[in-house]
Amino acid sequence: MIRYVTRRLLFAVPTLIAISFVVFALLDLAPNDPTGQLPLTIPPEVRAQIRDSLGLDEPFPVRYAKWMEQFFVNEPLNLIERVFDVEIGDSDSRTRVMSYATRSPVVDIIAERIPQTLWVIGLSYVVGILIALPIGIVSAYRQYSWFDQVGTFVSMVGFSVPTFFTGLLAIILFSVMLEWLPSIYDTTHRVTDLASFWVQVKQILMPVMVLAFYNAAQLARFMRSSVLDNLNLDYVRTARAKGLRERSVLLVHVLRNSMIPVVTMIALGIPTIFGGAIITEQVFRVNGLGQLLIVAIQGADIPMVQTLTFLFAVLIVGFNLVADVLYAVLDPRIRYD
Amino acid sequence: MTRLRAAPCKPTLMTVLATAMLAGCGPDEIGTEPSLAPEKVENRHVNILYWQAVSTMNPYLSGGTKEVEAASLVLEPLAYYDHNGKMVPVLATEIPTPEGGGVSDDMTSITWNLKRDVVWADGTPFTARDVVFTGEYCLHEEVGCSADASFTDVSSFEALDEHTVRVAFSAAKPVPYGPFVGAITPILQYEQFKDCMGIRAPECTAENFGPIGTGPFKIDEFRANDVISFSANERYREPGKPWMKTATLKGGGDAASAARAVLETGEYDYAWNLQVEPEILDRMLAAGKGEIVMGYGTNVERLVVNQTNASASLGPERRSLHLDGTNPHPFLSDPVVRRALALAIDRGLLVEAGYGRTGRVTCNMVPAPPVYTSTANESCRMPDPVEANRILDEAGWVPDADGVRSKDGVRLSILYQTSTNSVRQGTQALVKQMWQQIGVETELRNIDGGIFFGADPASPDTFQKFYADVEMYTNNFQGADPEFYMAAWICEEAPGPDNQWLGTNVSRGCLAEFDALAKRLATTPFGEERFEIAKRMNDLVVQNHFLIPLVWRASTSARSKSLKGVLMNPWDSELWNIEDWHR
Repeated sequence: MIRYVTRRLLFAVPTLIAISFVVFALLDLAPNDPTGQLPLTIPPEVRAQIRDSLGLDEPFPVRYAKWMEQFFVNEPLNLIERVFDVEIGDSDSRTRVMSYATRSPVVDIIAERIPQTLWVIGLSYVVGILIALPIGIVSAYRQYSWFDQVGTFVSMVGFSVPTFFTGLLAIILFSVMLEWLPSIYDTTHRVTDLASFWVQVKQILMPVMVLAFYNAAQLARFMRSSVLDNLNLDYVRTARAKGLRERSVLLVHVLRNSMIPVVTMIALGIPTIFGGAIITEQVFRVNGLGQLLIVAIQGADIPMVQTLTFLFAVLIVGFNLVADVLYAVLDPRIRYD
Repeated sequence: MTRLRAAPCKPTLMTVLATAMLAGCGPDEIGTEPSLAPEKVENRHVNILYWQAVSTMNPYLSGGTKEVEAASLVLEPLAYYDHNGKMVPVLATEIPTPEGGGVSDDMTSITWNLKRDVVWADGTPFTARDVVFTGEYCLHEEVGCSADASFTDVSSFEALDEHTVRVAFSAAKPVPYGPFVGAITPILQYEQFKDCMGIRAPECTAENFGPIGTGPFKIDEFRANDVISFSANERYREPGKPWMKTATLKGGGDAASAARAVLETGEYDYAWNLQVEPEILDRMLAAGKGEIVMGYGTNVERLVVNQTNASASLGPERRSLHLDGTNPHPFLSDPVVRRALALAIDRGLLVEAGYGRTGRVTCNMVPAPPVYTSTANESCRMPDPVEANRILDEAGWVPDADGVRSKDGVRLSILYQTSTNSVRQGTQALVKQMWQQIGVETELRNIDGGIFFGADPASPDTFQKFYADVEMYTNNFQGADPEFYMAAWICEEAPGPDNQWLGTNVSRGCLAEFDALAKRLATTPFGEERFEIAKRMNDLVVQNHFLIPLVWRASTSARSKSLKGVLMNPWDSELWNIEDWHR
């Protein structure tokens, strides 16, 4: 197992380097301009100066090499310095990955954004799982019952209606018409007492539920089919023949076995939490990582886009590995060695 | 002894319950009477919503409208433009004029007297050194200063004494009010920024995110591309102001939902720049929670007509290049065709469909201020497709079997491009129909704004490269004098590889008379002659139909009904008078 993990990790290195190059090249080839969103009253010569000051006049390989150095050497060193409060080498002249738009270190902004994305998107993922699993199990166990039919219908709707639509619908219903919930997420809100906790619950409710509905729809379908696959297998019949109660047949025997692919699915979906739900964050103004990415793309903030997409790539590669390992842990029949 | 007094505010169960029921417990509550009706307590917090999030608080490093306006809460220039486009002193005691001796007779220098009692938010005095430093900061070669154009031709900044600054120019400046006038060139504090010159400018993250200013507010917290928290600057030079004690400026989302947050849900007090279709805006206004605030500045949505051949069959060495007039457009070089295209457009309909109350018909490229506005082109208000058809017939452009006119094998078939934006696509569709009525075929194209307005010389889709026959966008000018705006249309400004496609004469129209007038405008002092030259230049461009003005667009924002004192300013920062906002 350890050998397998080590081998996978080693393979990940060239994969990630290739990804970083492709992303950088794509961004560079795409027609974009960090000064494109400035008012037209700023004359072209000034725009040219701004681009020069961003280092855009340098050739592609130089800029790529710079980013590599900044990201793989300078940023980790900076992190170590900050965590352990030490100074390594000449830290003042070490350049960090700087955003074109904010002119500040990209990594700091990302760190500032992670909490709200994890809270909102992460919570919606957890809520989604909590909704999906029981629905999936019951739907499978009572296949073609009214519960299954309704569940199928709701998951089909949840799966096929995009979040920008459900989000807008929720805003119009709960914010505009009923005036129960705020439509704009306040990222500066701090929970200090019960009242502010309640405010937090109110503002997080809509984005979390909208996304949870979407996530749950997918997972519930997956759970249902996985339970259905297992229900007809011999070991279930054996368990029943032993005289086990339906409860333990379903929740112990069947559930454990049907969870194997579902857990893999869940693990593979975790990187999307960090990626943020771009549209949902935009709709509710939960200014997290997804919003950061979309603003950076619109503003041609290449270092920001590059760093974010690369971090997402790392997470995806990492959680793929985690999913594979989990698979082996849950299912003793699977051996990688 | 202290025990008998108020219990300390720890989140015990009792206090938690109490705070849930009544107000909070904290220093804010000291002195205010406990009230069971919290809505009666004056709300001295203002919530502002910008649908584009603010990236930095140093406007010199960005130049984006959102950054300039957010920074205007904190940083102030020597003078700004008020809501009528009139220059008003801010940190200066008065506006220097030639009559008052503030502008030298040869128009090569301007001397500003600074207010004496102004202090920065940190308590240190504001002096001429700060002003001189700010000028040098922006003019430093490596900084990439976005306000550079305001400092055109500046040769030196000099502090004559603690409270007097002289700005010298290398050429005569009839209108020397570029440097330090308006929110785009506010004064930075020397003490704070002295180590941030040139190449070091972007490294000063703490300074750029939290500049110390003289304005009505100071920054409590800045989150890049997200939200800014402000509190009142207690050292603000006008006593009793600002009325608001705190302010939040949130960014992100889109214009329609920003409008909704003010007009329908009432969560926010002010939403900036509402480019929303009129019928959607009307529906939101019906909720009765807010109002639209508007001001007409110099924004004109226009069609620019390509005077060079933009045919895709030409190589990059000819396509859309002026080449001293040797590469004319196959049919748009014919003045009759251009005139017919302009005659066919019903501007009133375009305003009604796309802009509603936030736009007006205009026949000029300079719609304001009134002294600069020509009155010679008002006939454009009445569309005349019949006349358009007549002159085309007369000029020998006859309809083919499919109804599209042609002459000598050249068909009137136009590629019409603009940036992606639902109002613009609506306008495009309407114009296409109007042109169809005069036998002109139109192909529509839209390009993402970031690419269209970006200046990537490798991209074929920028508005400057103009690989199309007609294109549409909005432009305006900074401040209240159109000199630079007009000078953009001289012959040599035609975009091409020799200026990295960054030229500003996008139509590539070229008139000797216009170029001569541009030279005269640059040396003519403020007065009747100057106004006449500018009007004549406007008429030359418009009457030759190099540019077809369509809509005079208002700066449009929304405010909640409880927020008073908002005066929309299309000439400078919209938040220019936030110190007077109240409820």
